[in-house]
Amino acid sequence: MKKLITATIAATLLASTALQAAEVKIGFVTTLTTGAAVIGKDQQNAVNLAIKHMGGKMGALDINLIFADDGFKPETGKQATDKLVKQDDVNFVAGYIWSHVLLASRKSVLDAGKFLISANAGPSPVAGKLCHENFFSSSWQNDQTPMAMGEVLNQKGVKSIYVIAPNYAAGKNMVAGVKRTFKGKIIGTDMTKWPSQLDFSAELAKAKASGAEGLFVFYPGKAGGAFMKQYQQAGLKATLPLYTTFTVDALSLPKFQAAKFNDVLGSQFTQQWDPTLDNEQNKRFVADFRKEYGTYPSFYAAQAYDAIFLIKSAVEAVKGDLKNMDGMRAAMKSANYPSVRGKYTYGNNHMPIQNFYLREVIAGADGAWTTKVVKTVYEGHQDPYAKDCAMK
Amino acid sequence: MDYTLLFVQVINGVQLGLLLFLVASGLTLVFGILDFVNLAHGSIYMIGAFICASLTFYLGNFLLALLVALPLTGLVGYAIERFVARKLYEKDHLDHVLGTFGLILVLDTSAHLIWGPEGISVPLPLWLDGQVEIFEGAVIPTFRLLIIATGLGVAAGLVWLVNYTRLGMLIRAGASNRTMVSALGIDIKTLFALVFALGSMMAGLAGMLISPITEASIGMGGEIIITAFVVIIVGGIGSMKGAFIAAIIIGLIDTLGRAFLDSLFELVMSENAAETAAPAVSAMMIYILMAIILALRPQGLFPPKVR
Repeated sequence: MKKLITATIAATLLASTALQAAEVKIGFVTTLTTGAAVIGKDQQNAVNLAIKHMGGKMGALDINLIFADDGFKPETGKQATDKLVKQDDVNFVAGYIWSHVLLASRKSVLDAGKFLISANAGPSPVAGKLCHENFFSSSWQNDQTPMAMGEVLNQKGVKSIYVIAPNYAAGKNMVAGVKRTFKGKIIGTDMTKWPSQLDFSAELAKAKASGAEGLFVFYPGKAGGAFMKQYQQAGLKATLPLYTTFTVDALSLPKFQAAKFNDVLGSQFTQQWDPTLDNEQNKRFVADFRKEYGTYPSFYAAQAYDAIFLIKSAVEAVKGDLKNMDGMRAAMKSANYPSVRGKYTYGNNHMPIQNFYLREVIAGADGAWTTKVVKTVYEGHQDPYAKDCAMK
Repeated sequence: MDYTLLFVQVINGVQLGLLLFLVASGLTLVFGILDFVNLAHGSIYMIGAFICASLTFYLGNFLLALLVALPLTGLVGYAIERFVARKLYEKDHLDHVLGTFGLILVLDTSAHLIWGPEGISVPLPLWLDGQVEIFEGAVIPTFRLLIIATGLGVAAGLVWLVNYTRLGMLIRAGASNRTMVSALGIDIKTLFALVFALGSMMAGLAGMLISPITEASIGMGGEIIITAFVVIIVGGIGSMKGAFIAAIIIGLIDTLGRAFLDSLFELVMSENAAETAAPAVSAMMIYILMAIILALRPQGLFPPKVR
């Protein structure tokens, strides 16, 4: 009897190790608490939908996905990353909404020899001097989207702008990005305290007094909603047209609609993706996301969905041999997977070379507020930091 | 010097100051009279905002919702006093901090469960959603003027309540010697519960007033509670007058710092350096003020006479 029990235990242990080997472990770091949890929730929904669409498998391997909360703080994000890398021993770490969280956490992942996939943040160092062979982005480099907006401003013939952005890694990149392409004069720049400052009365008054022809801002998450409302309450729409990046999104639009905040309709911003982009993967993603969760997916969700499919392409290319890092790296580098933004390629720094579109807020066919593509601003656009990256 | 801009910025500063006063006055009442450190005061500010936001959609009018939400927030405050705070009065300040920190987590998570993580955007009635031109070029959003009026009204109401009513007399008596007051047959427990509920209502009011400008969202309390503590330390803990003056000073320093510091810095350094240095320094200024006050006058600008 005793022998039988021992044998059973041994068999169970063996079976569980065998099971462990037959799975790919992915850690996903996002924000699940604080006011920014709404973004994390959207990414979580997209990841779960991606896994559902894959039937829970990447090739022959089961998917073991572990979500972790960064609490909207670099130090908490790093702790969560350390736990994923050391304790859970994941194969891939993906996610990262915030540039400052990604910058604090990247070393933990890369030093452990794991793959790091950013599903949103694109601070300039990771695209330039700190580029790494095991880092890939399923989003963009921070400067790219405002560079596209700078180009739009040139096309509209805007001569001068005032710039307001939060004082952290991404905010600085956004300002640098628009400065890079905008040919007119930047009359003034205000960097605000991040993330605690949500009242922009002083900055709006300065922008108005500056006499600029336009106002460029970057306020992700709930700060974006706050900014849009204060801009409207200040009555600046007629005199100081607003141009934004990452400030209006599918997460704030339902709230604006519920509050009948009609001034948002018609506002324009640049992005690498839109729910109306015409490709099979995007149609299926948007339709099923709406069916499952009742809202339009945000760009955060689209990038998270892409990140999981990017990982799948790597795992399948090596037929589930997760020790074959070179094989997986080569597979991801080729970006040979169905992205919801359509086909794109990777630069030497593993940042996407991709199209950027001008999006406009409209009331959709069923009445729900969403966006449409006005025009393509850039085709195959590469970030300006690629030349600082030592990788070939 | 652009005087119109200066005027607008001073109005903005006063408005921020009065909002801070609403939060700080409740904090200083509870801290000064009950000798209770309430870190969760900011969470009550958040709860007030959420209750008001939900009611705005239910009743269809922001001001009506605000009037209904005020007593409800008072009730929440009363419940917190009855079931959490009352048990902690006898313990020392560190226990207060631990207990109320736990309360923050509980209230934030409850809000997450009840209202979801996305936050609520609060619509204003049309007549409040516009702007008022005070003189040529000085345009102020109407709603911000309403905040100023409400803040001044509440301040006047508090002065009247504390100095000229029987309840106010009892509050002052309870603050200077609670044993003596209860020996004279006053129900000190109920008195304290009332003070706590009153403080909660004022924090809630501040949350309700800020939510049409930003939104009702989880963690919004954490953004204001630190500044509110700075206000009561600068003003003198327990002093209503101190809280009022310190709140206005801090509101002005914060706003004017954000507004003019970069232009000042540009006189002595390059434009790029000024752009980077100004926001960092303006974010520090209120703490520098607090440090100076603590060094030179640790009891605050207007410490209460009794104690």
